[in-house]
Amino acid sequence: MSVAEASQTPLDRLRRLGEARSLAIIGIWLGVLAVWLSVPPFTIRALVVPAAAAVLGASLGLWALTRGERKLGWWAIGVALLAILVALWFQSEESAELESVFSIGLLAATFRFAAPLAFAAMGGIFSERSGVVNIGLEGMMLAGAFFGIVVVAETGQWELGLLGAMAAGAVLALIHAFFSIHLRADQIISGFAINFLALGVTGYLFRSIYGTRGTPELEERIPNVHLPLIEDIPFFGDLFGNLNLMIWLMFAVVLTSFIVLFKTPIGLRIRSVGEHPKAADTVGISVFKVRYAAVILSGVLAALGGAYLSFGTGNAFNENMTAGRGFIALAAVIFGNWRPFGAFGACLLFGFSSALALRLQGSPLLPSDLASANLLSTLPYVLTLVVLVGVIGRSRGPAAAGRPYVKQ
Amino acid sequence: MSDGPAAVTPVPPPPEPEGGGSVSGLQAFYDRAGGLLVPVAAAFLAFLIGGIVVLVTEKSLTAPFEAYKAIFEGTGVTWFIPGVGDTAEEARDLQQTLLITTPLILTALAVAFAFRCGMFNIGGQGQYWVGLLTGIWFGTHFDGAPMALHITLTVVAALLAGALWGGIAGALKATTGAHEVISTIMLNWIAIWVGKWLLEAPDGYLQGTDPSLPRSNDVLDSAKLSEVWNWGGLQPLHAGIFIALFAVLVYHLLLNRTTLGYEVRAVGFNPDAAAYGGISVKKNYFLALAISGGFAGLAGAIDLLGWKYRLTSTEFDANLLGFVGIAVALLGRNKAVGILFAAFLFGALDVGTSPRQLDPEVFNPELATNLATMIQALIIAFVGAEFLILYLWRARKRVGWAGPRRVEPELKP
Repeated sequence: MSVAEASQTPLDRLRRLGEARSLAIIGIWLGVLAVWLSVPPFTIRALVVPAAAAVLGASLGLWALTRGERKLGWWAIGVALLAILVALWFQSEESAELESVFSIGLLAATFRFAAPLAFAAMGGIFSERSGVVNIGLEGMMLAGAFFGIVVVAETGQWELGLLGAMAAGAVLALIHAFFSIHLRADQIISGFAINFLALGVTGYLFRSIYGTRGTPELEERIPNVHLPLIEDIPFFGDLFGNLNLMIWLMFAVVLTSFIVLFKTPIGLRIRSVGEHPKAADTVGISVFKVRYAAVILSGVLAALGGAYLSFGTGNAFNENMTAGRGFIALAAVIFGNWRPFGAFGACLLFGFSSALALRLQGSPLLPSDLASANLLSTLPYVLTLVVLVGVIGRSRGPAAAGRPYVKQ
Repeated sequence: MSDGPAAVTPVPPPPEPEGGGSVSGLQAFYDRAGGLLVPVAAAFLAFLIGGIVVLVTEKSLTAPFEAYKAIFEGTGVTWFIPGVGDTAEEARDLQQTLLITTPLILTALAVAFAFRCGMFNIGGQGQYWVGLLTGIWFGTHFDGAPMALHITLTVVAALLAGALWGGIAGALKATTGAHEVISTIMLNWIAIWVGKWLLEAPDGYLQGTDPSLPRSNDVLDSAKLSEVWNWGGLQPLHAGIFIALFAVLVYHLLLNRTTLGYEVRAVGFNPDAAAYGGISVKKNYFLALAISGGFAGLAGAIDLLGWKYRLTSTEFDANLLGFVGIAVALLGRNKAVGILFAAFLFGALDVGTSPRQLDPEVFNPELATNLATMIQALIIAFVGAEFLILYLWRARKRVGWAGPRRVEPELKP
């Protein structure tokens, strides 16, 4: 009897938590909806509508809280409060001013800003889930951006450029993997060296190959995908009808990352190696092989993000052009609690804040010095610190991340 | 850490994974392996690979030697050897080298002190900026204050600001267990963006009198550090170098001669054992990162008061002194004397490859600065991967470079 009870209680708790989770997630979305209702194209002037949605979202969050789902519950309440504030504020603003900032363009820009982050973040998740901390994402992105554009400039084919970028990212990742897995170097030191190395190598070769002229004008870049059927749908079509190929690839990579990590035996292996390498080794999983594969994959993905920067949305390479995006991706990994959808959500949030910062510059919506894009740029880092500290739910990494594995 | 005879044979065995590869385990290994082998070999390998890169890209066998010679001559190191070259010119070059060495010593101490407590402070760059920005405010205010007072006030304020920035990461680690690597990375970027905001935004709080330029005013004359060595040239050497040398002394004494240092090192070796011995691990995490931040903040202050005098927002992208400090600390093995030498090496590398010192006819300075970054990266990687060096060292014996194999007497500790 007691055995049956003991085995049921945690299961019940899990089920309750599952319900609470979905309630809280619905609450968060209601809060988002409340914000959305008060901006164009809806611009609902009656405060009641967004407020009602927000209150409903908050109460769902509260309900989830009482049922033990603390993190998402607090999130729902926070988003709802934010929604009410935003609604209150926007009621007093002119419609035209709101429309100049909030438009389809803002969402499209969000995707553009989020894409490089999302690629690198998925890479970071694979690497860290296998137990290798990768702060070298920044350098791998930079290498992808440079070597990709070199190949495009030489061959005139963006497909080959992507391959070149992936190869460059893989080589850098291989170095990181060799140092941190085989040589058991400190993974932070190794990753840090990778960043510096990529900075030096790309800068050196950039100057050595192109001198002061910069990269030549590209004949080809990563193309946009026209979807004639969708393009004509009013709102949806404007957003999705003409997106860059890499943004579709980003959606695919995020989805695949989730499926691979959590729904396949491969993912189970990766996660087990990251949580308890000795146990994984005991059941016959090669810790070294899994870690090598995961780290190299992280380099390939990060390099794709870099390639999108240099010949997807942009058309030239500049020294140190990633400018800290690899670290934002790292922040997204932590913020998203080492989960693909969580990290992707964080990338969208950080991308949105960048896009918003760009549009708020000079907008009458905010006092000028507050509208500075610089201050809004701190958002990813501040939010990550907040999550790290555990004010809104603690984020926890894989148990064995950062520790080299010594086979016995 | 008594490991028996194996640890003292000339060929150290693969170190035990004590501390599970943690920073403290690494430090314990550093202390045991000792010696100059790893840093010297790491630097040698890095310069070798850098030379190969030059060889391949310049497509000339002599190019690496010419490049390194030109870089070396630009550092002014030859000043120490009498009778070689033009003394005044050498002195001007050496002046520049020492000017960069000064902040590097301090940013390296910022990494090293935390390292001795078992933590990796990547936040030296952010702490440097916070110190420098605080220095700007104090340096441009208090007109008419007496010089000694004004300098002391500015330097202390910057030091405390840096300590605060480092202390945030320390407090977070102590109270919530947030990993200091992540939090210091985040704090770096927060410092950079807030700094840009302060200098750039329309009417940024630290922006100078010209609203069209994203830069601060010069600090007042009463806050400028005095010159100590002036052979002409662009910037004379300032008194900050004595502050940096004094800081090295403080670092050494604090770590090795005080209770605080003893506790910090004990926590660094093994936090569990330290806690068992009645040492507050949390307190030491906080103090170590705060003191680390203080060193980096000091670096920002004396750079500002010594020769920069003002800050332009573009410098946030160009100035990597805090990050290079990590390389310096690693190469100097977190030891006072080692840091001095390593800081001088990196300072010299920085100056020797700068566009001002290097003749573009011999080697393009734009390539050289990137070559320097590459060499720094390789040194970091190789020092971090002692196994590689020790492996090569052993392979050398296996191939027979080291002559016939001798049976080394086993030393009892």
